[in-house]
Amino acid sequence: MTKIFKHRLVLPIAALVALILVNTISRPSFVSITVRDGQLYGSVIDILRNSAPLMLVALGMTIVIATRGIDLSVGALMAVSGAVALTIIDGSGSPDSPATLGIAIAAGVTVTLIFGAWNGFLVSVLGIQPIIATLVLMLAGRGIALLITGGFITTVTSTPYKFMSQGYLLGLPFAFYVSVVAIVLVALIQRRTALGVLTESVGINPEASRLAGVRSRGIVWGAYAVSGLLAGFAGILYSSNIMAADANAAGQYIELDAILAVVLGGTSLMGGKFSIAGTVIGVFTIQTLKSTITFLGVPPAVSPLFMAMVVVIVVLVQSQRVRNGASKLWATVSSRKEAEVAR
Amino acid sequence: MGDPTTTPALDVPVLQVSGATVRFGRETALDSVDFRMFAGEVHSLMGENGAGKSTLIKALTGALPLDAGEIRLDGQPVRIPSPLEAQRHGIRTVYQEIDLLPNLSVAENIALGREPRRYGGIDWPAMRRLASEVLAELGLTIDPASQLGTHSLAVQQLVAIARAISTDVRVLVLDEPTSSLDADEVAELFRVIRELKDRGVAVLFISHFLDQVYEICDRITVLRGGVLVGEYRTTELLRIDLVQKMLGREITEQRVRRPSDPEPGTRVVLGARQLRRWPRVHDADIEVREAEVVGLAGLLGSGRTELARTLAGVDQPDGGVIVLDGTPTTIAGPRRGIGLGVVYSSENRRTEGIIAELTVRENIVLALQAQRGILRLMPRARQTELAASWIEALGIRPESPETIAGTLSGGNQQKVLLARLLALAPRALLLDEPTRGIDVGAKVEVQNLVGELAANGMSVVFISAELEEVLRVSTRIVVLRDGLVVATLPADELSSGSLLAMVTQPDDGD
Repeated sequence: MTKIFKHRLVLPIAALVALILVNTISRPSFVSITVRDGQLYGSVIDILRNSAPLMLVALGMTIVIATRGIDLSVGALMAVSGAVALTIIDGSGSPDSPATLGIAIAAGVTVTLIFGAWNGFLVSVLGIQPIIATLVLMLAGRGIALLITGGFITTVTSTPYKFMSQGYLLGLPFAFYVSVVAIVLVALIQRRTALGVLTESVGINPEASRLAGVRSRGIVWGAYAVSGLLAGFAGILYSSNIMAADANAAGQYIELDAILAVVLGGTSLMGGKFSIAGTVIGVFTIQTLKSTITFLGVPPAVSPLFMAMVVVIVVLVQSQRVRNGASKLWATVSSRKEAEVAR
Repeated sequence: MGDPTTTPALDVPVLQVSGATVRFGRETALDSVDFRMFAGEVHSLMGENGAGKSTLIKALTGALPLDAGEIRLDGQPVRIPSPLEAQRHGIRTVYQEIDLLPNLSVAENIALGREPRRYGGIDWPAMRRLASEVLAELGLTIDPASQLGTHSLAVQQLVAIARAISTDVRVLVLDEPTSSLDADEVAELFRVIRELKDRGVAVLFISHFLDQVYEICDRITVLRGGVLVGEYRTTELLRIDLVQKMLGREITEQRVRRPSDPEPGTRVVLGARQLRRWPRVHDADIEVREAEVVGLAGLLGSGRTELARTLAGVDQPDGGVIVLDGTPTTIAGPRRGIGLGVVYSSENRRTEGIIAELTVRENIVLALQAQRGILRLMPRARQTELAASWIEALGIRPESPETIAGTLSGGNQQKVLLARLLALAPRALLLDEPTRGIDVGAKVEVQNLVGELAANGMSVVFISAELEEVLRVSTRIVVLRDGLVVATLPADELSSGSLLAMVTQPDDGD
């Protein structure tokens, strides 16, 4: 029993369950799912669908953070991939053909893959601090996206492109499948090869790993490239949702949400041990929180404050120091009580 | 040499600690050490790595709490819970790495944290005046308004000292202040130290350069393995005695040899010619044969670690050739070295050895897995089997492969590290202080293991600060002094006394 409570995912799961409970109590409709035309609808389904871009970005962020790094450029890279893809669709004669779609998506994510590799180059080869290295593209990325769209918000009409974020497959939103595929792929690549443990090793102790013959440079480089690639797919999903390439709004502040999701999932910002499952729970927690804020009617201007408060509580609960302090306090209180009883 | 005429009357020490004890988890870094400093004296704290020097300094300067023991200032018991409190008591420290702000001016650095104020703002003229006064005291003729970073390291070091003495300093701790200075700069620093001494400041001078210690210090306290060896007058302690006290064990003239010594092979496996690595390896020639243990004997700073690292390809040489199986070879990094069968185990187990948060199994498998490549994950069952077999072979406790490596004792962590390297089945094994900081039982086990490995044909390079241990384990011994190979001799031609004489610089005038 104690073993279950000591598992590292207990607190993230507890936070998510608590959030769901609060929602269910305050509006029972939260958990209800209705079926229309064989498709599922409801708040929970919305969360599964809307969390897809954040999920992709947070998965990449998990790997980067495990190497002791951070990737601030993901939001800007989302803008870039959306801009590239929509510009290609916009310029093509047949926006509905699968070929156009394929080329557009491939081009979008290839560009962000290259940008991710650039981040990795700065960090692993030139030894620039990750926060500075990725800040470059965080600032420049949106400019590049605007350059691609010629300064406009490119809008298109393409049924298959729209399907990615709004379509349904076997009763569930297509975007959710994208999330699932990404989660499974990342988990398989990390845990069915030696990449996961070597990444953790590099994150925990880079010099000891180097002496043990680990290719730390390649591992760090690859982490940023993967983060760029996943941000690219997230950008495709985002632009598909609004059918527009909005260089300023796409992925705005998503890097912060992603970092938060990773931390909520129990992965330390100090690098090392990481948990894909934890990140998945963290993403759902954040998305549920956002939906809660909307439902409670918190004015949009105040919602960041509300969000921040909840996050502070969750992070405090997870902090080892706070927990140690609390258990000490509890021990003192209960021993006093015992003393009183004895008297 | 200390000048007896300047020695002040010895009454109450300015600073005195008794029974100082500091523990890190289960390791005792400092074991009820007594230490005292007198006004107007330069005192040196001597000891090898892990002797407890820096722990003692940190405890005295409030950077680390004492687990037991008492600190007295002028005979009055005091508590020093923080560096700030230490400063309030007039105890100032100048660290080896200069902890100043290179992009601020010299004056700002000197006054940092206690800038003179006027009308709620900083009184700049007063600050510059203060800085000029202190600099003049040190005989430094630099512009207080100039940016600190534009000056040489030596000047920056002196500015750090100026900052320390610009307050009411009574005890000044200088931690390896000369490591980045050239001879003229050292002379300049010594002039300042003598001036401070005349002003009645108690100076703690820490350096591994024996020459400098003998030139400037009046008194020497020797620590070994966290325990006080003794306090001595510099004039009454011969260098060779000092070194012997630092390294430990009374010198016995009997020869120490392992009982079951195999005949060393004749084939040279790993060697180097004219190997250079600035600043600690100068034109080193070394040969390691099949089935032998070559001991590197030398003091701290002799280049023993640097030679081993360069030989293993962990650090790249500035010149010279590494020869592997008779072929000149470039070993571009540890990964390449492992591929060629040359592996190095660092003296810094915690920072360059163990991956603390991974399990024992993951730690043991790490190097082998890295060598297999990312895609060929060793099956979990095979990993457990491999880890279990090494745990049994080396007697690692606790026995579970799933224990987090960071929770193990030092000796067991060392064995995990050895298991990681031995799992690679290397041809040449370079062990840098593999027995440091581990208990006596584990020490003997590691020593025996080294002997067995060599008996089975492996070429081993063995480094230890303990000369006795080097003698016991090695077949041949390479003696290093100040980055130079001064001799290479069969171990059975050496006694610990003669080896001690070789690693120590001769006394002036001897």
